Amino acid sequence: MTELHLRGVGKAFGPTTVLHGVDLHVPDGTTVALLGPSGSGKSTLLRIVAGLEQPDRGSVHLGDEDVTERPVHRRGVGVVFQDQALFPHLDVGGNVGFGLRMGGVDRTTRARRVAEALEQVGLPGFEGRDPATLSGGEAQRVALARALAPRPAVVLLDEPLAALDQLLRERLLVELRAVFDELAVTVVAVTHDPTEAAALGDRIAVLLDGRIAQVGAPGEVIATPASASVAGLVGQRNVVPGRVVAGGVETALGVLAVDPRGAVGEVDVLVPPGALAPSPTGGLHGQVRTLLYRSGTPVAVVRGVGPTGTGAPVQGPTLDVLADPAWTVGDVVRLDLDAAAVHVMGR
Amino acid sequence: MSATARPATRRVVTGAAFAVPVAFLGVFFAVPVAALLTTGLRSGGRWELGTVAEVLTSPGTRSVAWFTLWQAVASTVATVLAALPAAWLIGRVRFPGRAIFVAALIVPFVLPTVVVGTAFLAVLGPDGPLAVVARLVGADLDLRRTATAIVVAHVFFNYAVVARTVGAAWMAVDPSAEAAARTLGADRWTAFRTVTLPLLRPALAGAASIVFLFTFTSFGVVKILGGPRIATIEVEIHRLTTQLLDLRTASVLSLLQLAAVVAALALHRRAAARRGSTRARVGRSVLRPPAGGERWLALATVAGAGLLVGVPIATLVWRSVDTAGGPGLAYYRALGGTGGGTFRFVPPVEAVRNSLLFGAAAATTALVVGGLASIGLHRLGGRLRGVADSSLMLPLGVSAVTVGFGFLIALDEPPLDLRTSPVLIPAAQAVIAVPFVVRTLLPALDAIPERLREAAAALGASPRRVWWEVDARLLRRPALGALGFAYAISLGEFGATVFIARADAPTVPVAIFRSLSQPGALNVGQAMALSTILLALTAGVMLLVDRIGDARVGGF
Amino acid sequence: MNPSPRPLVAAVVAALLVAACGDDTDAPESAPDPEGTTITLVTHDSFDVSDEVLAAFTEDTGIEVELLPSGDAGSMVNQAILTKGSPQGDVLFGIDSTFLSRALDEELFVPYESPALADVDESFVLDPEHHVTPIDTGDVCLNYDKAALAAAGLEPPQALADLADPAYAGTLVVENPATSSPGLAYLLATVAEFGEDGWQDHWRALRDNDVEVAAGWEEAYYGSFSGAAGSPGDRPIVVSYASSPPAEVIFAEEPPAEAPTGVVEGSCYRQIEFAGILAGTEHEDAARQLVDFLLSPTFQEDLPLTMFVYPVTDVELPPEFVAHGAQPADPYLLDAATVAANRDAWIAEWTDIVLR
Repeated sequence: MTELHLRGVGKAFGPTTVLHGVDLHVPDGTTVALLGPSGSGKSTLLRIVAGLEQPDRGSVHLGDEDVTERPVHRRGVGVVFQDQALFPHLDVGGNVGFGLRMGGVDRTTRARRVAEALEQVGLPGFEGRDPATLSGGEAQRVALARALAPRPAVVLLDEPLAALDQLLRERLLVELRAVFDELAVTVVAVTHDPTEAAALGDRIAVLLDGRIAQVGAPGEVIATPASASVAGLVGQRNVVPGRVVAGGVETALGVLAVDPRGAVGEVDVLVPPGALAPSPTGGLHGQVRTLLYRSGTPVAVVRGVGPTGTGAPVQGPTLDVLADPAWTVGDVVRLDLDAAAVHVMGR
Repeated sequence: MSATARPATRRVVTGAAFAVPVAFLGVFFAVPVAALLTTGLRSGGRWELGTVAEVLTSPGTRSVAWFTLWQAVASTVATVLAALPAAWLIGRVRFPGRAIFVAALIVPFVLPTVVVGTAFLAVLGPDGPLAVVARLVGADLDLRRTATAIVVAHVFFNYAVVARTVGAAWMAVDPSAEAAARTLGADRWTAFRTVTLPLLRPALAGAASIVFLFTFTSFGVVKILGGPRIATIEVEIHRLTTQLLDLRTASVLSLLQLAAVVAALALHRRAAARRGSTRARVGRSVLRPPAGGERWLALATVAGAGLLVGVPIATLVWRSVDTAGGPGLAYYRALGGTGGGTFRFVPPVEAVRNSLLFGAAAATTALVVGGLASIGLHRLGGRLRGVADSSLMLPLGVSAVTVGFGFLIALDEPPLDLRTSPVLIPAAQAVIAVPFVVRTLLPALDAIPERLREAAAALGASPRRVWWEVDARLLRRPALGALGFAYAISLGEFGATVFIARADAPTVPVAIFRSLSQPGALNVGQAMALSTILLALTAGVMLLVDRIGDARVGGF
Repeated sequence: MNPSPRPLVAAVVAALLVAACGDDTDAPESAPDPEGTTITLVTHDSFDVSDEVLAAFTEDTGIEVELLPSGDAGSMVNQAILTKGSPQGDVLFGIDSTFLSRALDEELFVPYESPALADVDESFVLDPEHHVTPIDTGDVCLNYDKAALAAAGLEPPQALADLADPAYAGTLVVENPATSSPGLAYLLATVAEFGEDGWQDHWRALRDNDVEVAAGWEEAYYGSFSGAAGSPGDRPIVVSYASSPPAEVIFAEEPPAEAPTGVVEGSCYRQIEFAGILAGTEHEDAARQLVDFLLSPTFQEDLPLTMFVYPVTDVELPPEFVAHGAQPADPYLLDAATVAANRDAWIAEWTDIVLR
């Protein structure tokens, strides 16, 4: 139905260039999660797609049409804002039906479609409520219903869940995904949270300093980030600097027998926590500094990781490790490295 | 930044929004004032700038300027101190009759000074309640014609400016900040002093600078209560212009006053800029019933405000029913009866009707002009906005007589001979009401999140439709509030109206003034009865304003 | 003034009025046609006339009269001076002897000798060239509160000099001559009585006698004078008008047999109010008819009960004026030129003596 194409989109605010010729393709009916830290230009990119901001260079295409010059109200793009931006002077029904009213949809049809949209987001019968009385989650669902009701070709979400608490966020993530799948709508969701990006997006596009740093399926981007910066953004914290040498990559953990896949010279090495296993005979050691749980899995933050036999563990990097239940803080522990699970990233 | 219209379109809209207020204030304020000042300061085709220095350094000018300054400072300090408890009450406390309390406070502000001046004479005179109390302790007290009387009356007039402005700011201060300070060991007073007070400071400075502006340029109160020995710059300007036709000296004094007004407005602007972000929307949820010791403070505040605002008003009402044969409605009945058949006699019903009609025209004009000005200001950024905003308030600081005489020489040729035109009264009243409209609408406009406009646009609303569906809808209540306030001000407006009053259409204040300028019990009684009617009208309008509008109305 | 702002104003106002104003009653008249002409009478705020009197004029002449009150007498004259050549009206009524010479110097009026002047006492005609025509007299006199003086065991004063007597300490309230027309008249009365070099000592004595000074007539009469109905005042003697006692009777809730206040006849200063045809009028003929009318018995008889002044022609007075009023036989009156020459200096000197 409608695919979204961005071609060489550039934008500067005064002396600050926020977007450097961004290309992005969102196939029809798919969701792209635009992942980036604050200041990466992702919100600006979203606003350019919506028509709320004009690009300095490049073009925006919906389907076969170049819509770069088309004003926001004629683009047919649904937007869900981070702060919801519900109209305080209208009730929930008035909010959800707003776009339909602008489109000249008659009253009866409007009422039916408002009811449908509210049903879709799990708030049937909420038409008469005052937005001020809604909880955060309800407000966000109303905002979504409002964006969906006119059946836009493309839906844009700006940090849709940032204002919500953790539990609610996880539940809504699942629901959002289900709604998008059901409607087969083309979606761009801006977020700074890799979990959210992975859950929402068919693909993740990583935006760093106004440039697309990597595009790929969530698993791909998370497991094999293109750079240390991307790795950091997707929550991979175990990154160790290294240098390509004969037979592998030399790091503080020793020379790792991995395939540098064409990289030369200075590189970064991603060592996923799963690549480090507790082992009484492991070739590495370090000292447990903190024990914590991540998504129910015990994780140990181990510092000074380095090859055994190099004295007390103080010199090496600090790494997250899947913990042995027997460990306590302060223990010096030994680890085994699975070099096959390590990922080398160029600089 | 807005995405709802292209930059070029926005510039056109902003320009158009400014065109009407600029034209309106130009014709009905700036050009007449400039014309009169020019007449005063030019002679034989040359500027007589030597006169300026001469007038400024004369001992007469210095003593008038000095008195004007110190009474304004004293009045401002006294008003802020007196109204602070009421601000707390408005910003923090839920109590029965709150709405009426808040509305009643503003009534003095919109009453004509002739009426209040007369009431104050009675209160402060040797037969007034103060003197009666003083006599109990064996003292003779007659505060008429003293600076004290002026300061007290100024507190009475401007109490609401401070109470409402600071009260609204207080409401926006998160109570948990003070609570946090208390958990850290601060006692109630220290917590207030170290947490709340600094947050209120911009609002205090803003309200104080406006009170300073009003009291520095005070006319009616000083004239009636001050007696012949006491004059402010404004009173001198009036005397020099109307009695002596000494436009030279009057122009120099006008410039001096204008300089002080500009300084006060600059201070206000700085305060407003610092306030900007704290204009939060915490809402009424911060209001709690008073607890423990607060109950006494609340009670004392209501009682104090009741005395200050209530006694002069009660005196007025009492005098309207205090007939020779004991309390009765004879004066009210007389309003409809005797004295008819002459030009000066105004059937009260007609005066009320005129007031209501002119008030409606003035309020509507003020809303249109002030509304467009607010839209223009809202879209204007940077320093220019502050300067433009302040310029709108200049009419509050220029003598009505300067504007009135200016009309005579600036608007005197067809097709512009507006000197005797019926549009002049609502126009003059609107000039005075516009700043109040802007003070209500501009913050409301600023408070509309840009996101709402963007959301509407994304849902298919064209820029015009966005304005209509979002801005217009969200401004409806503040606009109604501003309209009502402008209406109340126009009802009580006296200075400009009496100067240009149409013979065939006197307003209530003009009718009061006419009744007071003839001897005889019935005349005074009718003046008091008319004043009471005016009082009831304005109080009713303000109560309505508070019902529909929001607490921003009447705040600075 | 600098005329350059006018075109700008014209453009702006025209733009404003295009939509706003459909009703243009102020369009200039074409041919001077007395029948159906409207002329404007500029007055002070105290002006009044019975509706039927004005209607009678319109009926007789076909001329409509619009009234334009313009503040107190001083304000009215000063406005007329400012708008000289482009006047706001056709006839001005209410200029008194104190402002007369300023107006004559400024050549505000065109001369007109009304035939009705034949009925007017010559002493009222202060301008031999007839730029202005006398219409009424409103003599400024001391008024006293009969009951309060009696209670204090005091006789009403007979002459100005009496008030310097310590027995009258704390009894008198006057208006500031700088801001009040009766105040100025009273100062002139003392100048006339004690001479240009003697009035100062009298006022020093008055100050020692605790004279109170109010800004205007309203403040003095309603604020300080004890004789005004409903007044909070405590001063039994006030500078007011010869017609004030009749007013106290007429406007009483229950008209008393005797006025509560009296007039000190030997204290009166003659104030004559004049009318004049404003230079620049386009309706000089109609304006002349209006001036004639102001001297007609119809208008002259209406004066006492509307404006509380005395007519200058010999018409019948209302009974209240006969019973309670005063028509001083020999009031004080200074020459207009003398007043004009010394006014500001006298006021300044007075201010130094009494207020400083």
